[in-house]
Amino acid sequence: MNLPFLKTRSQRDTLLGLLFVSPWLIGFLLWTLYPLIASLYYSFTRYDLLRPAVWIGFGNYIELFTEDATFMKVIGNTLYYVLLSAPLGIISAFLMAALLNTKIAARPFFRAIFFFPAIVPTIVVAMVWQFLLNTQFGLINALMQGLGLPVIPFLSSPDLAKPSLIMIYMWAQGNAIVIFLATLQDVPRSLYEAAELDGANALHKFWHITIPMCTPVILFNLIMGFIDGFQSFTLPWLITGGGPSKSTELYGLYLYRNAFEYLRMGKAAALAWMLFIVIVIFTFILFRTSARWVYYGNEK
Amino acid sequence: MNIQPAVLQKSQQPKPQADQRRRLGIGGWIAEIIKYTVLILLSVTFVMPFYWMFSSALKNDAQVYVAPPIWFPSPAFWNNFPDAWNSQPFTQYMFNTLFLYAIPYTLGVVLSSAIVAYGFSRIQWKWRDTLFYLCLATMMVPFQVQMVPLFMIFKQLGWINSFLPLIVPAFCGSPYYIFMLRQFFRTIPAELSDAARIDGASEFDILFRIMLPLSRPALTVVALLSFIGAWNDYLGPLIYVHDQSKFVLALGVENLQRTFSFNSTIANAYPYLMAVSTLVVLPILIIFFFGQRVFIEGISMTGLKE
Repeated sequence: MNLPFLKTRSQRDTLLGLLFVSPWLIGFLLWTLYPLIASLYYSFTRYDLLRPAVWIGFGNYIELFTEDATFMKVIGNTLYYVLLSAPLGIISAFLMAALLNTKIAARPFFRAIFFFPAIVPTIVVAMVWQFLLNTQFGLINALMQGLGLPVIPFLSSPDLAKPSLIMIYMWAQGNAIVIFLATLQDVPRSLYEAAELDGANALHKFWHITIPMCTPVILFNLIMGFIDGFQSFTLPWLITGGGPSKSTELYGLYLYRNAFEYLRMGKAAALAWMLFIVIVIFTFILFRTSARWVYYGNEK
Repeated sequence: MNIQPAVLQKSQQPKPQADQRRRLGIGGWIAEIIKYTVLILLSVTFVMPFYWMFSSALKNDAQVYVAPPIWFPSPAFWNNFPDAWNSQPFTQYMFNTLFLYAIPYTLGVVLSSAIVAYGFSRIQWKWRDTLFYLCLATMMVPFQVQMVPLFMIFKQLGWINSFLPLIVPAFCGSPYYIFMLRQFFRTIPAELSDAARIDGASEFDILFRIMLPLSRPALTVVALLSFIGAWNDYLGPLIYVHDQSKFVLALGVENLQRTFSFNSTIANAYPYLMAVSTLVVLPILIIFFFGQRVFIEGISMTGLKE
């Protein structure tokens, strides 16, 4: 490219670089930055899509915290769901990856089986689990009755609906399993051999070598798990639809309902911005505490 | 090339295993038994729901509503598959999912993410790394924050009830895939592009003639993951696509379920739902079966290895 007004090579390269990243840059401005600012504005308005937005100051926020009983329940539900699902999902995925990383026959076969639920459409996951967990003719309750156990209302009891959702979430953590397995395979053999010479047993090695070496990836998955958890919509929406008696009405569901069922776009925008701030704070806290428990010894 | 190491591995494998066996005491054997028991139990929890979906798809109502549960339905009603599929315009839904959404979406994501990733990795320029971190940071922005204003933009543009709100942004690249492709591009030696530059090749030539042919594995991962993402997507079509004639499969399955819950007298509700679910998973299963390696390697790549 020969553009006379660009004197130096570095100027030309900057123009070229910007040219190549311009699809993302345009997308960022149009589909991320503008909506981010616009929704902050809308969060201070009353807006139903039909009439023009009306400025009401902090009205939506005040309403959420003082008049909206559902909102308080939604916060409780969401914290319960996120604080359990993200760590439990990571612990189970990590243990399964560690199991796959031991000397086993047919590892690729088991890995494929553990991974597959992660790429199944959520609508299918929802249909199948609703059917399996049904109290009258679901397979799981039928098997338990066969063993003389009582029927468990997994999805129809307000106390059990959230744990059931978390269980289904954990069932589809194949991505994390695969990422952890790849990390575990990268832990240098020499570390284990050195520990063996010092007389470490399997548990010592797992606790003092395996886990510390994986902490950077654990941190990454924990952050992604929290971000996904706070936003989760499709799985609870399709399996429980927020019920029974609002026990699984998570933040994402309540926000969607306000926007597209009640047409309260301003309130939905306020909910969305608070969600954004909470996610940023959570991520920030995780990063700040990470210096204490994440091992970066191998990085250059 | 590949045969020799495999043969070598096979002939060598029994030896260490034999050593291993000799060293295993009773405790070792118990540990092995526990390990495989856990593995098999876990595998059952992962496979059983799919088997149950498939076997229930072959049942009639009498076989569904019966205790103890039937594992191998006999007679098997294979006709449930075509009957369930045709109980709603699922062929139309599949056509919409593929040609109106998944294929154009995948094309957009792969093409634009590759171009952007090139700009973020193979050209040295001033604000490159700052902008790249900004790009990564946008992954933290919850979709819900953009949801309301985006809906208004697309409403203004008259794009509601079409797939444009889902496809057009795909042509701006996706941070996750930009990150993956950038990681891959960085592993390709700089000499290759330098040599081409000396020969007078433009950056676009280098991207399309040198980098992309060398990046086929990474591009395949991005294509497969984004295709599956669109095939599985429910929330996007739920927000933007309202006419039943434009439904994707996910909305179609939900619609079928709604039909049954509105009218509980319709026969074969569960077998039909399970039959349609099986058919919706089937392409994913086939893609996964043939592309397993690509998948696993691609996802391993995203584990934040710098």
